[in-house]
Amino acid sequence: MTNPAIAAHALRKSYGDKTVLDGIDITVPEGTIFSLLGPNGAGKTTAVKILSTLISPDGGQARVAGHDLTTDPQAVRATIGVTGQFSAVDGLITGEENMLLMADLHHLPKAEGHRVTTELLERFDLVEAAKKPASTYSGGMKRRLDIAMTLVGDPRIIFLDEPTTGLDPRSRHTMWQIIRELVATGTTVFLTTQYLEEADELADRIAVLNNGKIAAEGTAEELKRLIPGGHVRLRFTDPIAYRSAALALTDITHDDETLSLQIPSDGTQNNLRFILDRLDTAGIEADELTVHTPDLDDVFFALTDGTGTPNQPKEAVR
Amino acid sequence: MSSLSLAVRDSNTMLRRNLLHARRYPSLTLNLLLTPVMLLLLFVYIFGNAMSGGAGRSAYIAYLVPGILLMTIGSTVIGTAVSVSTDMSEGIIARFRTMAIHRGSILVGHVIGSVIQSVMSVVLVGAVGVAIGFRSHHATVLDWLAAFGLIVLFALALTWIAVGMGLVSPTAEAASNNAMPLILLPLLSSAFVPLHSMPGWFQPIAHYQPFTPAIETLRGLLLGTHIGNNWWIALAWCLGLTVLGYRWSTSTFNQDPK
Repeated sequence: MTNPAIAAHALRKSYGDKTVLDGIDITVPEGTIFSLLGPNGAGKTTAVKILSTLISPDGGQARVAGHDLTTDPQAVRATIGVTGQFSAVDGLITGEENMLLMADLHHLPKAEGHRVTTELLERFDLVEAAKKPASTYSGGMKRRLDIAMTLVGDPRIIFLDEPTTGLDPRSRHTMWQIIRELVATGTTVFLTTQYLEEADELADRIAVLNNGKIAAEGTAEELKRLIPGGHVRLRFTDPIAYRSAALALTDITHDDETLSLQIPSDGTQNNLRFILDRLDTAGIEADELTVHTPDLDDVFFALTDGTGTPNQPKEAVR
Repeated sequence: MSSLSLAVRDSNTMLRRNLLHARRYPSLTLNLLLTPVMLLLLFVYIFGNAMSGGAGRSAYIAYLVPGILLMTIGSTVIGTAVSVSTDMSEGIIARFRTMAIHRGSILVGHVIGSVIQSVMSVVLVGAVGVAIGFRSHHATVLDWLAAFGLIVLFALALTWIAVGMGLVSPTAEAASNNAMPLILLPLLSSAFVPLHSMPGWFQPIAHYQPFTPAIETLRGLLLGTHIGNNWWIALAWCLGLTVLGYRWSTSTFNQDPK
């Protein structure tokens, strides 16, 4: 059996009397995408900071690429690339200079450094902006430059801390494409996100982090099955159809204002067929039908129900 | 790669980064030059008659310039404190910390860059001094070399202190405030008026603070005045502040970032 890319056991970190990570275990097999999902303040960034050697844990052990975090951080650093939540680019110099700086710090020969720089700037669609100061870049461009810089050293393991937070939908999809390409070449990706959708799109495995603890772990499908909160929403324009639908279906939530009904649903084919059959039998046609799968709020509330610590504000310090 | 050649290579890379910043954005450095230049012109042309005590303008210029030159270093390193503090708040430093590079190179790059900037600033302010009539008639080549060495050592010492100040300052404004004593200290030295014209109780303070011995040594080297024990007090200050600033900066930098 090969070593996992990341293996952490009982990681703990506190700032003052505030426990940010309360003993988390993480295993990420090589060549997979692992996503740490959680709200602001859950401890995601702290986990990334510890695993990427930026800060040291108060307790627990972790091995990254087989190297111990505490005893051999320099060996860990040689195999990883990190793109933090706040863009780690030098805004005062140009995109190209940022890339060459990385090449120099990875001790690439000059020609090689230029080759890699040109290649990555092209791959990330930054050729036009290459000679402009990075501070003038848009959010999406900065993030692309950030990842391009991370890739200069050809890292085997990449940490991405909320890589799409604050990006517009197009940039977000570009970023997802980039992340998929990374894994296609065998790179391991450790991703944090607040969006279930993102974890769903990308990750092989997802761990939900809440108040410094892993509340649940599994594939996206496994997690969603754990969680209630999925529903089907029917919208009507005809008040009569709306009322008859309300009579034909059970366990519904009304919204008389918008003439819409909400029916709990796990989103499976059988369940949808059941609802549609009911409507057909009653001869009702809805103007719009939407299926809502659980989102992060549902996941969060479901997984922390009764176990969450009520006194801790949601946007506590990371 | 051996750890020494790694350290040299990474420091060199970091130095080039800092010099690139300085070249792209020279306004901060140039602004900081204004203070010593303005004080030089102010004291020569406005207060000159009162200050020189009738000895004449050119004599007072000669007296003033060595102090102004060292004050220029104090002023330049305020910029160092500000740029270190700004730099530390940038994500790029977090990136450096997660790379397999020589950790000290980040600070060393700042320090060497700042010393180079200090020396260039001293040359510029010196040129203003020469333009308004400063002349060194007595200095030999050896004296000039020693003066250059003193300026470099003094810049190195103040830079390490400024780097420490920059590291502990949460914002650029705080860094600028914290580093303020470095430009105020020369006002309490023998830069503008001789020690014996100060109140008796204050003279020892003025005499033994870092600037006065360095100023007296530079004066002696350039103008042939009596240096006495000032040269080794100046040297002790330079070495002491360098070691102190180095220790303070590296231990602060090696702590986990917030």
